Amino acid sequence: MSIISRGFRGRGHEGPPDRVPPGQYLTDDFPVLSAGPTPHAPLDDWTFTITGGAEPVSWTWDEFRELPSEEITKDIHCVTKWSKLDTVWAGVSVDTLLETVEHDASFVMAFCDGGYTTNLPLEDVTDGKAWVAYTYEGEPLDPEHGGPARLLVPHLYFWKSAKWVRRLDLRDEDEPGFWESNGYHLRGDPWLEQRYWGD
Amino acid sequence: MAGAALLGRLTWLATEVVDAVQETPRVRTLVLETRGWAGHRAGQHVDVRLTAEDGYQAERSYSIASAPGRPLAITVEELEDGEVSPYLVGEVRAGDRFEIRGPIGGYFVWDGTGDAPVLLVAGGSGVVPLMSMIRQRAAIGSRTPTRLLYSSRSWDDVVYRAELGQPAEGLEVFHTLTRSQPPDWTGYSRRIDDEMLGEVAWPASEEPQVFICGSTRFVDAAADGLVAMGYPPQSIRTERFGATG
Repeated sequence: MSIISRGFRGRGHEGPPDRVPPGQYLTDDFPVLSAGPTPHAPLDDWTFTITGGAEPVSWTWDEFRELPSEEITKDIHCVTKWSKLDTVWAGVSVDTLLETVEHDASFVMAFCDGGYTTNLPLEDVTDGKAWVAYTYEGEPLDPEHGGPARLLVPHLYFWKSAKWVRRLDLRDEDEPGFWESNGYHLRGDPWLEQRYWGD
Repeated sequence: MAGAALLGRLTWLATEVVDAVQETPRVRTLVLETRGWAGHRAGQHVDVRLTAEDGYQAERSYSIASAPGRPLAITVEELEDGEVSPYLVGEVRAGDRFEIRGPIGGYFVWDGTGDAPVLLVAGGSGVVPLMSMIRQRAAIGSRTPTRLLYSSRSWDDVVYRAELGQPAEGLEVFHTLTRSQPPDWTGYSRRIDDEMLGEVAWPASEEPQVFICGSTRFVDAAADGLVAMGYPPQSIRTERFGATG
């Protein structure tokens, strides 16, 4: 039983209830959440790598941009409580990337410029559920939003969509990444409100 | 590395407002009495949940302003078009109740100790979690050399102005006022830039630890400037606020 806050009415529910998870509110902005300075990786030095399979696989920026890409329109949900509907991205499906890798892993850890990491079950990044995105609303992805490329896993809280992603490491065991070691939930499903440890 | 105070589930706790302090025309501090509150570390925040009579609920996150071990206080800035902040700044009074859960966040924290100097950089109400650190530092009699560079729009917008006017030993406070200044103002009068950081920030060779809190643009300007001064990115911890109405 929640406590009624005297005199609070609020705005009431906004947006379609099947698209705004519990405890979230809609915003038209695109707020930024980062633990440190924004990295600025030169594209000439940029590579994307998958490790943990039979052989490491790596792409340069130009090679990566030649991979088959998809346009993705999805709602996104930040653990800091904002949700944004119908965001438009382009990038490469993680399925496409994994086609080139022989493995039997069950989990993945994403590694990023700036030292950030995040952990995901493999089934949360396969079957059309995750991308490495490099445009947002038709423009190259801004560094503050994770450019040149970020992970996009829109069905989980947005910290799982790791900015500045450079490597996916395929693993047999799940281990907490950066925010997951600092009080945030291991999986982060917004519809189950898995924000923090124990949720 | 694990930093949150609790390993178990953070449950919603009933809290009562015991005092409300108007800090500036748009900013108010609420002192909260919460049975079952497990304590916090300086720099952490709480989730606040309001419930309307018809059952509608709204949640937002707010930084904790008080030092660990002191009565729990949050400081809230009223945002235009906000949903929760206008209620907390304009409507709530002593005796009112709502729910909180926390503390949250295990990275943007400082316990007030350490030999290396500390640089705190605040934009607007971004000063709140840094104030918790400053209060913690004072409460434990820490000697860690500490500087606060604090950017506000005007002198009337400076949160905790009186308290920051009497800093504990070893804390230096530098103000910059970006929009308007009092007639006899001798502090900075512009947005934070590299020159200002060069004058205020510790030399990188002293291996300072940095905490920056403010808007995204503010945090990026300060963090980029410090990286250009030779600060390792890993020494800079940031908290950015976007839409938290």
